Formats: sequence, C-alpha cells, structure tokens
Amino acid sequence: MIREQPIPTIDWLTLAPMTTVVVAGLVALFIEMFRPKQSNGPIVTVSVVGLALAGALTLAQFGMEPGPTFAGMMVRDQVGLVLQLLLIGVCLLTFLFSDPYLREKKIAFAEFYQLALWSTAGGMIMVSTTNMLMLFLGLEVLSIALYCMAGMDRKQAKSQESAIKYFLLGAFASAFLLMGIAYIYGPTGSLDLGGIAMIAAMPESGYLTMAVFGVGMLLVGLMFKAALVPFHQWAPDVYQGAPTNVTAFMAAASKVAAIGALARVLSASGALQEFWLPALFWVAIATMVVGNFAALVQKDVKRTLGYSSIANAGYVLVALLAHVKKPDQVPLTTALFFLVVYCLMTVGSFAVVSLAAKGGEEGTRFQDLHGLWKRAPFAVGCLIVFVASLIGIPPTAGFFAKLFIFQDALSTGLVPLAIVLAVTSAVSVYYYLGIIQATFVSDEGARKTVSANPSFGLNLVCLFCALAVLVVSLAAAPVSQWLRGSTQLPGEAQARSELQLDSGGRVGAR
Amino acid sequence: MMEPTGFGLLSALLAVPLIGALVVLFVPEQFSKAIKGAAMIFSLLAFVVSVVVFQRFEPGTYHMQLVEFVPWIDQLGIHYRVGIDGVSLWLVLLTTFLNVIAVWFSFYIEKRVKTYFAMVLILLTAMLGVFLSLDLILFYAFFEASLIPMAVMIWIWGGSNRNYAAVKFFVYTFAASIFMLVGMIAMAGLHREATGVMSFDLLSLQAEVANGRLWVGEAMKLQPLLFWAFALAFMVKCPMFPFHTWLPDAHTEAPTAGSVILAGVLLKMGTFGFLRLALPLFPEAARQAVPVVMTLAVVGIIYGAVVAAVQPDVKKLVAYSSVAHMGFVMLGIFSLTHNGIVGGAYQQLNHGISTGALFLLVGLLYERIHTRLFADMGGLKAQMPIFAALFLIVMLSSVGLPGLNGFVGEFLALMGAFEAGVAGFNGLNLWYPAIAGVGVILAAVYLLWMFQKVFYGPVNPNLVRLKDLKPGEIAMVSLLILFAVWGGVYPNTFIKPMEKALGAVRLMTVNEPGQRPVWADSTLEIDHNGDLVRVTPRRPGSYGEYTVLSVVAPANLHVPVQPEARPAPGGATARRAP
Repeated sequence: MIREQPIPTIDWLTLAPMTTVVVAGLVALFIEMFRPKQSNGPIVTVSVVGLALAGALTLAQFGMEPGPTFAGMMVRDQVGLVLQLLLIGVCLLTFLFSDPYLREKKIAFAEFYQLALWSTAGGMIMVSTTNMLMLFLGLEVLSIALYCMAGMDRKQAKSQESAIKYFLLGAFASAFLLMGIAYIYGPTGSLDLGGIAMIAAMPESGYLTMAVFGVGMLLVGLMFKAALVPFHQWAPDVYQGAPTNVTAFMAAASKVAAIGALARVLSASGALQEFWLPALFWVAIATMVVGNFAALVQKDVKRTLGYSSIANAGYVLVALLAHVKKPDQVPLTTALFFLVVYCLMTVGSFAVVSLAAKGGEEGTRFQDLHGLWKRAPFAVGCLIVFVASLIGIPPTAGFFAKLFIFQDALSTGLVPLAIVLAVTSAVSVYYYLGIIQATFVSDEGARKTVSANPSFGLNLVCLFCALAVLVVSLAAAPVSQWLRGSTQLPGEAQARSELQLDSGGRVGAR
Repeated sequence: MMEPTGFGLLSALLAVPLIGALVVLFVPEQFSKAIKGAAMIFSLLAFVVSVVVFQRFEPGTYHMQLVEFVPWIDQLGIHYRVGIDGVSLWLVLLTTFLNVIAVWFSFYIEKRVKTYFAMVLILLTAMLGVFLSLDLILFYAFFEASLIPMAVMIWIWGGSNRNYAAVKFFVYTFAASIFMLVGMIAMAGLHREATGVMSFDLLSLQAEVANGRLWVGEAMKLQPLLFWAFALAFMVKCPMFPFHTWLPDAHTEAPTAGSVILAGVLLKMGTFGFLRLALPLFPEAARQAVPVVMTLAVVGIIYGAVVAAVQPDVKKLVAYSSVAHMGFVMLGIFSLTHNGIVGGAYQQLNHGISTGALFLLVGLLYERIHTRLFADMGGLKAQMPIFAALFLIVMLSSVGLPGLNGFVGEFLALMGAFEAGVAGFNGLNLWYPAIAGVGVILAAVYLLWMFQKVFYGPVNPNLVRLKDLKPGEIAMVSLLILFAVWGGVYPNTFIKPMEKALGAVRLMTVNEPGQRPVWADSTLEIDHNGDLVRVTPRRPGSYGEYTVLSVVAPANLHVPVQPEARPAPGGATARRAP
C-alpha cells in the first residue's frame, strides 16, 4: 500500500537563481563551440548577464515569506538569500578581471567561466538548504568545479600540484561529511538537520553518542572547506598554485558557502553545544594564531593572503560561536557582515595581485610586486584600502566587521577569544604591511613581471571593492540592519524574537 | 537621548582638510603648483576655522562646548559626537597652525606631489578628529586613521631606511591600540550594566563614573585592566620609556614636514588621551598607577637625555630629546596636582612649538648640506648667521631658558611633582621631582653640545658658500619663535583658557564619586586654581535614573553666561538651586 504523501508545495522562485546560473553556464558552454577563436567576449557577456539576472531574482525574494519548500529540500530565508547574493557578486567580480589575466598567463580556456558558474550554483545550494543530502550535493558541485579550476594552468607544476592536493584532501573531507550524515540519518531516519535536535531532545534513547559523532564529522567536513585549523594545510598550497583569479574566487566563494553551511549545522545542533563548543573554542583560537603567525614568514603574496584567509575564517568562527552560544542576544548579522566585507577585500586584493602575471609566468613572490606602485598607482591605492580593511583600520569596513565580532564575543562571555583576536590582529599588521611595502620598493634590478597596464575591468573591480569597503563602513548601521532582516535560522525558537535587540540596542524590556 | 544637532562649526573644521584632499586628488599631477596652492589654501582655511572656534570658545567653564551630535549606528550606541573644551582647544589650534607651516615648508617636494599633499590634509583631519571626538569609537577611528597617512609619508618620501621605520611605526602603534578598542567595547558593556543602554558616549560614560554607578562590584576589579589597556596605547604614542623605540626611527626617516607634524601633534595624541580618557574614566586605577607611570616618566627624562647626548645624527638627537620632553609632560600630568597638570598640558604646546621648530631648522639645514651627521658639520655660524641666531633661540626654548615657553611648562610640571612628592600623594616622594630636575640640566648639556658641534669649531672644507635662510624661511621660523617668546613672557594667554578644564580633569581623577565634576553637568563649580568652589546638592533620586544620562552635553553649554545664571543642562533635569 502506498502511504499517502501530501503533494509538496513547490516554490519555483526559490530555485530560480541557481537555475539561472547553471543555465548561463550551459549556454556559455554551447557558445564556446561556435565562438571565434581565442575570443572569450561572448562567453563573459553571457555569464555576466546570467549572473545579473540571478542576482535580480535573488533580490526579488527579499522580504518574501521565509520557509522551506520542495518538501524541505530547499529553504528560503534571509541568511540564505544574503549569502547567495554574495556568491553571485563574488563570481561577477572575478569575471570582470579574469579575461586579461588569463590571456596574460596564456591559459585562456573558456572553461573557467562555466566551471566558476557551476561552482557558484553549488555554493548557492549549500547555503540555502537544511537537508543534509542537498548540503552534500551543493558541496560536491562547488568542490569538483574548483578542483578543475585549480589545475587549469596545466603547464605549471604548481597548478597541477594544487589541483591534486585539493582533490585528494577534499574527497577525504567529503567522506567525513557523508559519514556524519549517515550517523544522524541512522537513528532518526531523517536527512534534515532538524534530526539532530530530535535526538538531543531524547537523551534516554541512547543515540546521543551517535549524534555527537555525527555532528563532529559534519563539522570536520565543513571546517575543511572553510580552512579552519587543523584542517587548513591545503589552503596555502592550493591558493598559491591555482591561477590568481581562481584563487580569488576560491578564497571568497568557498569560504562563504562553507561558513554558511557551518552556521546552519551549528544552529541546528545548538542543543549539543556542551560537547562541541569547547572544541570549537580551541579551533577558533588555533585558527587565529596559526593563520596569523604562519603568514608572517611567507615569501609569496598568495600564500600570505592564503594564511590571512585562514585567520579570517577564525574571526568569523568567533562570531558564529557567539551567535550559537546566545542566539537570542546575538544575531547572525555579525558573521554575515564580516563575510560581505571579507569578500570585498579578498577579491579586491587578489585582483591587484593578479597584475603580477606576464607572459605566461606567475610572479607572486614579494619581490615580484616591486615597483607596482609606479606602474599601477590606482590599483595600489585600492590595495592600501583593502589592506587597511584587512587589518581593521577605521574608517574601512574591516574595522566595523572586527568591532562587531569583539562586541559579540565580549557580550557572550567569550573574552579569551576577543583577546586572542586582538593580539593576532596586532600581529597581522606586520605581514599585511609587507604587501604594501613590496609595492613601494623600487624595481631596479628586479624581474619585471608586472604587466604594464591594468585592464579596465581590473580597475573597475578595484574601484568597486574599495568604494564598497568605504561605503559599507560609513553605512555600517543600515547595512547591518538590512542584513539582520531576519537572521534567525529556522529551527531556532520563534519566541526568542521578542528578545532580539530592538533598535535602541536594548535587550528585551528592562 | 539628546536631540541631534546636525553638523556645525567643528564638523566644518574636520571637513575642510578632507575636501582639500579630494580637490588635490582631482588636479592632474603635472600642475604641481596648483596642487601646492590648493593644499595651502585649504590649510589656511582650516586654520581660519579653528580661529573662529577659538573666538566662540567660552573660557570660563570646563564643559564641552560647540557640541555636535549626529546619530550613526544606533543599535550599538556609536554616534558622531564632537565637542571642544579647554584641554583640546590649544591642541586644535596648534595642529592647524603647524599644518600651515608644514605645508609651506613642503613646497620643495617634487615627487608625487598630489599624493603627498592629499596625505598631509587627510592626516590633518585625523588629528583634529582625535582632539574633538566625544565618542570612544569615533576617537579610536581617528586615532587609527592617522596611522596610514603618516606611514605612507614615511614610506614614499622618507630616508634610506624608510621601510623599516614605517613598518615599525605602524606595528607599534597599532598593536598597542587594538587593546584600547577591546577596552572601549568593555566600557560600553559596563555602561549597559549601569544604565541598561549600550553607549560609547564619552560624556555619558564619564557622568556614570563620576556618579559612582559604573565602577561597582565586579567592574571595580576590571578597572585596572581597562586602565592599562587604554594607557598602553597612549604610552606608546607619547612615547614613554620603554615604548619609545619607534620614535627615533620614524623621525629620522620621515620627511621634514612629517617630522614636524609627528613631533608637534601626533605625540600629543598620547598625552591628550590620558587627559581625555584614561584619567577621567578610570580614576581609582589611575591613582594606583601613579608610581609606575611617574617612574617611567622620570626614567624617560633621564634616559632620553643621556641617549640624545651621544647621538651622531642631529635629527636623532632631536628625536630623543622628544622622549625626554614628553617625559616632563607625563610627570606633570601624573603628579595629579593642579600646577602639575597645567604644566604638563602647557608643556605639550611648548614641545609642539619648539621641537617642531627644531625639526624645521634641521630640515632647512639638510636641504643645504645633505647630511645630518655632526661629523660632517661644524663652523656653520660664519656662513649662516641668521640661521644660527634663529637656531639658538629655538634651541634655548627647548632647553627651558626663562623667558621662553619651555621654562614655564617644565617649571610648572616640576613644581606639581614637588608638591605631590612633599605631600606624599599616591605613593610619591621627593626623589621623583629631584631626579627629573636633573633632566633639565642634561637637556642644556646635550642641546648646547649640539649647537656647538653644528655652528662652532673648524669649518668643514666641504661646506663652503652655503646660502643663508631666504626671507620666506625666516618668516616661517619666526612665526614659531613668536609663539615661543609669547608663551614664555605671558603664558597666561595660553594657560587661562585651559585651566578650568584641566582642573576639572584633575578633580575627576582625585575626588571620590559624587564629588567629581561632570562634563555634561554643572552641579560642581571649579575656580581658577582648580579647587572645588561649591557643590550644589543634586536632587535626590537624580542619580539612579536614566534621565541624568540623557543630558548629553546640551548644545547650549557654550552660551557664555554668569555662573549664577547658567542654565542647567537640559530642562528636564534641572537640579541647580537658583
């Protein structure tokens, strides 16, 4: 006998942005067959139009009734929409400066665009589902495209090494994630993250151990993607080896997707926090310390920025922990704000670093940046803004991003994390300044790898990111207000909304 | 909450240099004369605005004046709040004045003119912002924002070792002040515990401290920790021994105008920080810290002087003399006596004038002989008599010769330290001023040596037919000397307007809760000697209510009125007996 199933309500609009991005990739693939030789113009155009359309479709959903659809396979909520929009933006910014770079490096295969589009779609799925299988699906779509992209520079051994390393370790991490899903599916028969809370609510069932293990393995899989210590070793090598535009995309997009998914898993398993909160506490400390101290001794700009992105993952983890510890007091806004700012400054700085490629060669050691100040003063001016923001100097947005994290950490009693964040931020100044310093050194006698004229697209990306970093800072209040929209993840008690901060910053009634 | 006032005069003062920087950035690089002209016009404009501020300033009160309030990030209690009082008044004027001199001097710059003058102007806004902010986060923002233009100035236009110097300068100051940021957030959290509202408003925080509601119970144990988080940032900025090592490098490598601004204004941000934040907000911890800070100040005075005496490089010598002079400023402030605190604050100005002038003269000399080493100098007096004469006056003002400004400041600071030592305030004794007094003699030793090595002795054969100062350069230096003489002959011009505000800062620190003046409140009256004249009893119950805090420095505070008729701030909470 067939069990009666209610017909699932389907909200096609939820799926529209991802579909658009995937279709844009497919169209680009067809175009590639018929395009004139060595001209990526039409492909870029189609991709950009597709992304813009997807962005518009995402924007249209803001303010709509949040909730699950497709029988709970997908979910529409503020967090998901913001992160989707962010992923689309990252992809768009990367495309704008990719073409001249790829030509400069003589790897002008058009596949980059399709792969990046599909990877973006995978990330978008990841951040807008509470279904673990969908989560896995999104992660794989994101990752497999990234593996290929990392190895795109086929003639360079470093690029191949990067792809293989990423693939092997990534596959390993995916296995952990699957195992974790199995551990939770076993006792509950549910693929939804809500199953974790179900087990936690019935400790007498004896499945608690399994759930704790399961959550731990889910976390390991996602922490790998987010490059949190001790699952970070791949990041510097892969970032260094991959073509710089891919690195920019990877550093921003895969981090956004992984942190988004991590936020969902952490929120869903809030009932088990006594088990993993202490562990994640130390992960955050280790990530900030290792990321920042290891960056001090690097000789390659991309590796430095790679370690910096590890450190930044540590910062955002502090925000997540503060949110999970007291979800009623601390909304997820801080983490979202940080991710937005992080993407702007990361994509921007990698764009500037991508200038150091010429004639098929990659020159990203510090001495290869020498003299960049003379040849591309505008780009370096923007780089100063990005670096100031990465350090957290007002009036850049990075300052407010860190300020909000300090605030959350102190108000939830995570004081040691705030102190480690302060100390490691102070340490980070040294290597961030090293990047700027390298561009100021005169290039006499140095190998001149820097291409002479930054392209229009690159200048546009720099200008946009730098302006955004400054504007988001001045408009920190409205931006975080907009991000807040409803940054409570589904599954968290609705009653808590009464306790949310009101506009005066007061908690509830006194 | 106080009603938003909109942007006013002080915002105009902050905006003028920023607009100037934008204008400069839009002029094409090849019109370097136009760029320099625009920079000069905007610098002069900023100076004029600051003079207007000075004219509107009412010296008879310690309250914040010309207060502006514009809402910004409401949910965190971060707002745009600026105001001026006697402590910041002269620093603002000094900043705009030295900036005009620095821009004037920089006309010789030919390398990346546009960026240079944009940086100078942005730096001006940042420095003024530090002196004017009444919101902790705003203060921090300006405090940090001053780092980038200064570092870039050292980086692009600096000497041979500029990379090292710029990075060291940046790392030192940033590393120290990030803890201040954490401390600021903790303060806002404490404010919420005391009142239920998160706020970074300095006036509101200080009112809570003065009322004795902020530092209660557990918070009291945090106070020393938070005090040192703030103090560390300011001690590095001052700089105090043993955090001074960035200063000689930064000074030596910076372009001359950068050195003038660095010595003249940037260092004052440290001592100003003590007066504005560290003392009023953490009174008990500050009093406990007196022996430590005074010891470091005394060590700095002696150490700076001894190290300065053995420098082979004239710019390094002046840099180390700054360490010693700033030691006197700290000595005066942390004596926590009225004379001491006034002397310390006055010495800030004097140091800005005389050390600024010294760096200027060293820069003029360097332009002519392209060396800073004593070994390459000697016998310059015969060739450059005017230069020698001006140098002598400036040097003597730095030594502290009676009749010039340095004497008054050092004398008052030492007198304050003696008073405190005799009375045994806060664990002090007579050794502190006695040893610091030796520093005055040492200053004479190394500065006179310097003069001797540069201007007397055998003439270096490589240095012949040097040109003496041009009229413009003479005017530039003479302007500074004018103030040095004025400040030495009639210091009251400068001391009177700031005395009340400094007295209030002192009472905020040494008095017990309830007896402390409040910037946002006129319940306490202070006379010109810094003593409490009278305490008007507050209305019972006015402590425990949020309404007390809502009086965030009303805009009408600057209205000059007699003490008897001064309207109590905010009609709702009027508590002054008629």
